[in-house]
Amino acid sequence: MKKELVELKVNGRSHEIAIEPSKLLLDALRQDLDLTGSKRGCDDSSCGACTVQVDGIPMLSCTMLAASCEGQEITTVEGVSEHGSLAAIQKAYGDWGGSQCGYCTPGFMMTVRHLLAQNPNPTEAEIRNGLSSNLCRCTGYSQMYQAIKAAIERSRREWC
Amino acid sequence: MTDFSIIGKSIAMVDAAGKTTGSGKYADDLTAPGMLVGKILHSPYPHARIKRIDTSRAEKLDGVVTVVVGKDAPNPYGILPVGHDEYALALDKVRYVGDNVACVAAVDEFTAEKALELIDVEYEVLPAYFDPEDAMKAETNLIHDNKPNNIEKDYHHVFGDPDKGFAEADQIAEARFIANEVTHAAMEPHATLAAFEIDPQTGNPGRLIVQSSTQVPYYLQHKLSLVLEMQMSQIRVIKPLVGGGFGGKSEVIPLEIIAAIAARKAKAPVKITYTREEVFWAHRGRPRTIVDLKTGVRNDGSITAVKARVIQDGGAYCSYGVVTILYSGALLGALYDIPNIQYDGYRVLTNKPVCGAMRGHGTVNVRFAFETQLDELAAAIGMDPAEIRQHNLLKPPCVTVNGLRVQSYGLPECIEKVVERSGWKQRKGKMPKGRGLGVACSHYVSGAANSIIRSDMPHSTVNIKIDRDGGVVVYTGASDIGQGSDTMVAQITAETLGCTIARVRVISADTDLTPIDIGSYSSRVTFMNGNATLRAAQDVKKQIALAAARKMGCEVEELIFRDDIVSRKSGASQESRGDGHRLSSLAEPGSSSPSVSGRVEGQILRGSLQQKRKDEGPKDQLSFEEAVVAAIDFHGALSGTGSYAPPPDARGGKHKGAGVGPSPAYSYSAQIAEVSVDEETGEVTVHKVWASHDCGRALNPVSVEGQIIGSVWMGMGQALTEEMVWKDGMLMNPGLLEYRSPSSVESPEVEAIIVESIDPEGPFGAKECSEGSLAATIPAISNAIYDAVGVRLHESPFTPERVLSALRAKKQFKHINLTEGVDPTSPATFREHGGSLWFRGKGPERHPLDPSRRETPAIAAGDD
Repeated sequence: MKKELVELKVNGRSHEIAIEPSKLLLDALRQDLDLTGSKRGCDDSSCGACTVQVDGIPMLSCTMLAASCEGQEITTVEGVSEHGSLAAIQKAYGDWGGSQCGYCTPGFMMTVRHLLAQNPNPTEAEIRNGLSSNLCRCTGYSQMYQAIKAAIERSRREWC
Repeated sequence: MTDFSIIGKSIAMVDAAGKTTGSGKYADDLTAPGMLVGKILHSPYPHARIKRIDTSRAEKLDGVVTVVVGKDAPNPYGILPVGHDEYALALDKVRYVGDNVACVAAVDEFTAEKALELIDVEYEVLPAYFDPEDAMKAETNLIHDNKPNNIEKDYHHVFGDPDKGFAEADQIAEARFIANEVTHAAMEPHATLAAFEIDPQTGNPGRLIVQSSTQVPYYLQHKLSLVLEMQMSQIRVIKPLVGGGFGGKSEVIPLEIIAAIAARKAKAPVKITYTREEVFWAHRGRPRTIVDLKTGVRNDGSITAVKARVIQDGGAYCSYGVVTILYSGALLGALYDIPNIQYDGYRVLTNKPVCGAMRGHGTVNVRFAFETQLDELAAAIGMDPAEIRQHNLLKPPCVTVNGLRVQSYGLPECIEKVVERSGWKQRKGKMPKGRGLGVACSHYVSGAANSIIRSDMPHSTVNIKIDRDGGVVVYTGASDIGQGSDTMVAQITAETLGCTIARVRVISADTDLTPIDIGSYSSRVTFMNGNATLRAAQDVKKQIALAAARKMGCEVEELIFRDDIVSRKSGASQESRGDGHRLSSLAEPGSSSPSVSGRVEGQILRGSLQQKRKDEGPKDQLSFEEAVVAAIDFHGALSGTGSYAPPPDARGGKHKGAGVGPSPAYSYSAQIAEVSVDEETGEVTVHKVWASHDCGRALNPVSVEGQIIGSVWMGMGQALTEEMVWKDGMLMNPGLLEYRSPSSVESPEVEAIIVESIDPEGPFGAKECSEGSLAATIPAISNAIYDAVGVRLHESPFTPERVLSALRAKKQFKHINLTEGVDPTSPATFREHGGSLWFRGKGPERHPLDPSRRETPAIAAGDD
């Protein structure tokens, strides 16, 4: 298939890449931009490990064409840390065991980031529902809830 | 001494930041210049002879570099020395749908996939066996010619006098239990990147470098050496970050060998990454297990005898099968005091993907049967289910009737804790209709006392190097697969040397750099690699202490190493203690950045020389760097080594098969599950699980809790939803949603309770914490279902249809056999349960004599 030039804006930077129109966003990120943080865990939108934000909305990059994202702001897990340091949610996931093998973690980072942007003070039930788009096989999710609560607590303290 | 500075403190894993920022590299994230993509052609037939393979059309496709087939690497291999029955790619026969036939290496995935369609394979379809009890009756068309009746291995053990035991019993229960097949489904699909280095002397391809998602780099190096006929020293296996294993990466998976042979033939680096569907075919999960169990108890609750006949549906190759079937019998012991045990275990071959080791290896399904039956017996003699368990405790230190040495034994406290926390005594039996509580226990080995490759070598060796900068580098073969072994190694090193964890850098699982370690499986890493790390750190510490003692003018025994300070016990101890506490608070996780010396190497060097020249009086304390520099001044470069091999008295009895089951220490777990059952729909909801786990000592409590919760959660998955559904040897649900891995909304709250029994041989008293809790969850849930609605479920998972069918049977409604559909021998009534990505309609062509076709001759005729 003939390649075409596509301009992708990822984590605030613009990249012009030559890709097949059929190329998936996940593959473009991983292979053409070397942003390997987003993972492939399945092939059919069931696991959420490839979640990125497109214009702030969590999307599964494994079932999205890269070319369809031209002109949109894409944020990947590589764009979450703040000024070279861990964002509160990243630090909390480490401290509270929200991440074990870590393969699902990038997807969860994007989902949780969206959840907290929409609802800065979610209840436990809201957190549970919010995370249900992503699968994890290590943690049983419990320590993720603790991490999310700790991150909320920390950001609150920092604002005061 | 229990006053530790790092052990017992919850800290973030040393590789946590790489995982949360996405910068950590897993095997599929790696590339190499000129790298090709490998794609594997899989068998569409469960059992067939390969008459001809023609790859010429595929080879001619633009972008295809090479195609490899079985004859390119014809040496057999297998994880067990007794089970070398696999080939990288099929030689003459395929034995399951998904078996490996050929591999294309091409410039990209698209081209490789296109080339797969151009490979012509002519098969002669053979009758296949899908049910283990059918397979055992087979006389002809055996899956492996050297395995009569398709029995991979059978064991028959008798300990004590079971007949006398049953004669003494007041109540005997006897039943058949079935636990259906489950798989690891680790989030990371397997991936391998293989590349050859050019040898500068010969100018030809020389050493092989394999980076792979493996739990055991050493075994991979060993099997690659067998299949590729290369010396082990010419093969380097590197484990990048691994996205979960649970046993599924604890043996050599076909793609790891195929990538290497493809790289050899293509003369270029080759990466193969499985699709999710291929991960399900690669499998190596927990076999469907049929347990015929008979247990006898006296009216006072004492267990008098147990008799178990276990049949495991092992799939098409041996894999870990012999070990799995032995674990199923051996770990009937070492949990309770059972004086008489009879065990008959059959590992059976069938034409399905291969079963292997999965979290709780071999013990889980038998534990489900035993704990459920014990609950039935408790009800029969009118005893509280928690009490009957407390009544049958071992009295350690002891050796069980089947030769297992038990030392630390936290089970009594585990049961007490869950009974107390769950309000068992107040709430049991007084809950509203449809809601109930159930209890169960389990245990697991802290590493197998005998390695699968018989040799006298230590099971773990660890090297430590400290240079003048005061940086501590630990070289360990332990494979961190997400369980946190790198962190464990760093903690033990830092605690032993009395330095901060920020000083410690762990280099792990790289066969060129790290000493041989037999890997991350059977929950051996904390116990065995932890002990080796402890010994290596003590070795280095001894050298530092000698130099420091000389410098401080005191005896080695007077020194305390803590928080980056070497101080004396008496005299100046007050001052240094204060100092130590201050540093310790600085080093607390999360409080601020770890303490940094701020000095460069040259200044320390100058300082130490000046010190010598001035010949001042002895110092009261030294900083860690000063002590290290002093030691290097005296001895030269600092390095230490430590290794661990289990003691002879922990290695089990003398009977055939006694090698599997013994461990230097066992972990214990007790659990209570609270469930509710919807009697209209049969749906079971788990509200909460209280899980106590005796892990000896919790080195990193947050990690220990994570492992306990993860085990309970995985057990709950097997109990309620997870199941591999087969149709004519084809997996009907090879996707994470169809396989029904629970999401956050389906996952209960788990209260993890750590019990510390301080094992006499574990590092700082630690034992395993990652597997032992899984097995108790399934029977705790089945017992809770009984408490809620009064039905006993003998087949897992407890899906709504099984629960509903049991409820209807109890109410003596017309029996609806809803579970028939998952019986592999009755494919005519199979249920549409998700579905394979390439499965359309009635299923693939099968041999007319196939047992699965017996009752549906019309369809069989139509097929042919």
